[in-house]
Amino acid sequence: MAAVKLYGPLASTATSRALACLLEKQVEYQLIPVDLKKREQKKPGFLAMQPFGQVPVLQDGALTLFESRAIVRYIAEKYAAQGTIGLLGKSLAERAVIEQWMEVESQTYNPPSSFLVFQLAFAPLWGIPQNQTEIAKNEKKFSNVLDVYEKRLSESKYLAGDEFSIADLSHLPNTEYIVKATGKAELITSRKYVNAWWENISSRDSWKKIREMSKADSKK
Amino acid sequence: MATIKVLGYPLSTATRLVLCCLEEKQVDYELVVVDAAAGAHKQPQYLALNPFGLVPTIQDGDLTLFESRAIVKYLAKKYKGQGTELFGNSLSEEALVEQWCEVEGQSYNSPALTILSQILFVPKKGGTTDEALVEMNVEKLVKVLDIYEERLSKSKYLAGDFFSLADLQHLPTTHYLVTDCGKGDLISSRKHVKAWWEDISCRPAWKKVSEKGP
Repeated sequence: MAAVKLYGPLASTATSRALACLLEKQVEYQLIPVDLKKREQKKPGFLAMQPFGQVPVLQDGALTLFESRAIVRYIAEKYAAQGTIGLLGKSLAERAVIEQWMEVESQTYNPPSSFLVFQLAFAPLWGIPQNQTEIAKNEKKFSNVLDVYEKRLSESKYLAGDEFSIADLSHLPNTEYIVKATGKAELITSRKYVNAWWENISSRDSWKKIREMSKADSKK
Repeated sequence: MATIKVLGYPLSTATRLVLCCLEEKQVDYELVVVDAAAGAHKQPQYLALNPFGLVPTIQDGDLTLFESRAIVKYLAKKYKGQGTELFGNSLSEEALVEQWCEVEGQSYNSPALTILSQILFVPKKGGTTDEALVEMNVEKLVKVLDIYEERLSKSKYLAGDFFSLADLQHLPTTHYLVTDCGKGDLISSRKHVKAWWEDISCRPAWKKVSEKGP
């Protein structure tokens, strides 16, 4: 079977979200970089695949798919029998709870954490002025969310239950940047159960591989 | 079999999404009204079910579930073979449904809800509409709708030639934009978006859920 193609830069949280799933499921893939600085994602060739001009895009045979969380679900479903088993749960009810936490990530965890990552990690690199009022607002918002996670993870090893699932996986990219690149690591590390969960999921082989690849990338 | 309980309120967009899905799947349910105006969704009783204090939450036997987009996916899967099929008929079709559900959740929902909130909800609470914020979000929504126009010129519904969860997810916010916020021109000025909107908003399930306005 031909390798799937994943278009996107490794540094993009959405791209690494999709890649983490490909690695967990041991799917043969080809990572094709997209140069965001050169606005490659806004050129006609890319827009033909992804009309919103965003990364990543997956090509699997005749199927072209975008939106990292849709890609994660598709890969987990299609390759259910290989790699890490149980990413989608073992029953309809387990799957439902996984989807619930996928949506929590998407609607509640992602907005404030993305904002902080952009403002604290990337804006300084790109010479964009920071908005301190909004940073403070989003930090408070994110803290409140993490308080709910702390309670949840004190009762459950992983977000949706006793097993690692796509819901935990979906949180890897933003949390990595929060801990490594924003100076706000204590948001995670000061919370006993959130920190234990983070240490656990980020030490999975799939995430270790992405860290190695990122390191190699930054040396080029 | 016990009836599914939906804890929410009739005017909430997220509650309406769940109710519409239940109607499409012809599933019996009971709406248990949560008095959000009185802050009932932030009380310990409700927070025990949904720690984020948002509506709706459903109870289906032993299962308690929140996040409307997760709830409708659950219902679509549990009641496959009954009522309207909402996930397509193959893995590839399902993937495209998931993709357009994500587009709604990531790109359409936020600007649409901000516009709704500013025009409909803020004045009700005694505040003033922030016109600049409305304008900014109309511009965002316009960019998204232009892409929808292109997509719907090639495909009857968002994920393909079949109605799906992806289209369903757009009903509650778009209905308010068109019917109660005076933003109908965003839809009616785009030929294919208009045809799509007229089609999906006339579905009996949606008509039943949206009967009473704000």
